[in-house]
Amino acid sequence: MIWLILLPLLWASLAFVLEPGRGKWLAITGLAMQTWLAFDLAQKVGAGGSAIFHAVGGWGAPLGIDLTADGLSAAMLLLTQCVALPLAVYASAYYKRDDAAGAYFWPLAGFLIAGLNALFLSADLFNIYITLELVGLAAVGLVAAGGGAQQVATALRYLFATLVGSGLYLLGVALIYGAYGTVSIAVLTPLVTSEAPRLVWIAGGLMLVGLLLKTALFPFHFWLPPAHGGAPAPVSALLSALVVKASFYLILRLWIGPFAPLIAVAEWLAWGPAALGTLAIFWGSWRAIRAERLKMLIAYSTVAQLGYLFLIFPLLTGHGAIQAGVMQAFAHGLAKAGMFVAAGVFIKATGQDKVSGLAGVVERLPITLFAFGLSCMTLMGLPPSSGFLAKWLLIEAALDRGYWWLVVVVLAGGLLAAVYVFRVLRQAFLLAPASTPLAAVPRTLEWTAFALATASVLLGLRGVELVQLVGVPA
Amino acid sequence: MSSGLLFACVGALLFAMGIAGVILIGHLLRRILAFNVMGSGAFLILVGLAQRNDVPDPVPQAMVLTGIVVTVAATALALALVRRLFALTGKLELPADET
Amino acid sequence: MKRFVVGSGALAFAFLLIGALLEPLMEPPSGGVDLRTAVAANMTASGVEHPVTAVLLNFRGYDTLLEIAVLLLALIVILASGIDTASDRPRAVNPILQTLARLAAPLMVVVAVYLLWAGAFRPGGAFQAGAVLAAAAVLLHLTGLLPSWQVPTLTLRWGLTAGFLIFLAVAAGLLTQGALLQYPPAQAGMLILLIEAGLTLSLGLILAGLFLFLSRDPGDDS
Repeated sequence: MIWLILLPLLWASLAFVLEPGRGKWLAITGLAMQTWLAFDLAQKVGAGGSAIFHAVGGWGAPLGIDLTADGLSAAMLLLTQCVALPLAVYASAYYKRDDAAGAYFWPLAGFLIAGLNALFLSADLFNIYITLELVGLAAVGLVAAGGGAQQVATALRYLFATLVGSGLYLLGVALIYGAYGTVSIAVLTPLVTSEAPRLVWIAGGLMLVGLLLKTALFPFHFWLPPAHGGAPAPVSALLSALVVKASFYLILRLWIGPFAPLIAVAEWLAWGPAALGTLAIFWGSWRAIRAERLKMLIAYSTVAQLGYLFLIFPLLTGHGAIQAGVMQAFAHGLAKAGMFVAAGVFIKATGQDKVSGLAGVVERLPITLFAFGLSCMTLMGLPPSSGFLAKWLLIEAALDRGYWWLVVVVLAGGLLAAVYVFRVLRQAFLLAPASTPLAAVPRTLEWTAFALATASVLLGLRGVELVQLVGVPA
Repeated sequence: MSSGLLFACVGALLFAMGIAGVILIGHLLRRILAFNVMGSGAFLILVGLAQRNDVPDPVPQAMVLTGIVVTVAATALALALVRRLFALTGKLELPADET
Repeated sequence: MKRFVVGSGALAFAFLLIGALLEPLMEPPSGGVDLRTAVAANMTASGVEHPVTAVLLNFRGYDTLLEIAVLLLALIVILASGIDTASDRPRAVNPILQTLARLAAPLMVVVAVYLLWAGAFRPGGAFQAGAVLAAAAVLLHLTGLLPSWQVPTLTLRWGLTAGFLIFLAVAAGLLTQGALLQYPPAQAGMLILLIEAGLTLSLGLILAGLFLFLSRDPGDDS
């Protein structure tokens, strides 16, 4: 499992040493190996029924740094590689040879993926801070790469949001070290249970706010739509599908790990994220319904879909809530990556980014439109997609606790999603005047969009294995 | 009050000043400086709070060294983007949000 | 209004935090961990004599590995964020400054090597040494003796990544023997010196690059 961190670091730095813009085969080979490793790890964790540990340097916590792969980590690693590999294939066809925006795509994407994998494996709060910075700075770099004034301004706004987020997290880590003298998650958990001074409450609050800012939960979502909507399609897909999930994963990890004793004292705290998540669903969907540009619509849809992830927090004391959250992360990750890359194909073909300009794509780009439609299906939560399964698990967990209004939120969110995706699909099925020119698009782009979207639907049929995997405790 | 604790309290003030600055200041260079003040505050707390009985602890010192390098990287990146923005627009402030 | 709300919010937060800081904290052994004893107990196995270096490169060496990745990444982002059409304006520089810089630069290289060597048993190490090297490059640049960097050549790109790649190779090599970055105590000192030497060179180049790429002159009319 260590190779999941070392491989992307290696191909990222080698891709930098090679000519700018080269290194795509290096990246795709590396990612293919990583995908295999992630499946292998998931298999081992799932079959063994217990987490896999690795003490870096042989020291072991608290002196050294521990890496842990439990069910949650293994699942997130699997999601990361499964989204990143098709996106790499897509990006290799998307960027032209002398494209300024693509010149440094491979090293940046490599460091981003290395940071994500390292984050999912780490069991040390300070080490996680560095992985957070690695992910955040690589994401900012991808947004800024080769862009004009608008894109640079967006990247700067994103940079300040992510730096404040990790700054708050770092202060939380500092307070925890001051209180307990360790930053290892495994060592901390019993210590917090036995005694939690006020300092630790403040630390928990700081880390939560910092990570919410990075996850772009309403009302901290201000930076997300311009950043995700303005970046090139493969970058938007990476950011929407994976980067925001990393900080969500970390909130969940801390919530059920070292800070669980604090939350047990004050259970009402869990309604905070859930309430914000509800607002995010409604606000994000509303803005998506009103959006004029296709990529902005998809970006606001991300704001809304992230809301579902936070509905699970009041349910975490019961059964099945984590599974519902991870299933939603998978469904949204695959479907949103599929959507963004399909939108990238539309934009390349039609040469513009307006929802109203999509007329006629049904005749010319049927595969891409089909992929887009499949992704929409997952977002709306229609069976048999993984989105349906995620909502099903969420509703089941909510009904189990008697929180029927969560069920109302989930169903209403699905309807709102239907409104905004049908806006796009309706335009796409309109017949365009025959004179409208459409540029030719490489076939690879269309088929990778199709692969991602199909995966998001088919996962619904194999969801049981994922649910089992997530259940493996740390 | 031990000297370590004094450092930590100053760090708390610096962090609060820094974060208020990052939120309020429009001028990008000054905002980057505010971010650095914020980081320094967190580092002071990390080192000061861990310095129990005035015996230094090497682990947070190493962490702060690591953190400083990360902050240097972030600052350089921010400066590069600001410079790029200045080259493109001639302004040192972010344009109004048009979403 | 916004100023007032944010300002008073920050002030309230600072006082809350200071209040919590002044509460008496748990002392080991009643609760919490004291890593000072753990570090002291493992110093002999770490391969170096200075505790901070031991933590940086041995006990928490993995942090340092990722941190170099962050630094390298920052440099790549700077390169990626757009190449300005550069024209290095010759600037009027005092010849006395130039002569002094010519004298100072070799001395700074010597200081860097000393810092690298001293890191094993007193404050110093690769970062400090790399920073001094970078400072020498910046000094030469400011006195007009070293032009700013444009697009990095292949040699420069190898130089920038060499330290990181050596670190990565050592980490991976040790992984096959046991755990990631698990130095055998006998060779620990040697391996750490190898890593630090590579890092000094690359860190010096990266830090200098952060400055020298940034000081690409956008020209007067662009």
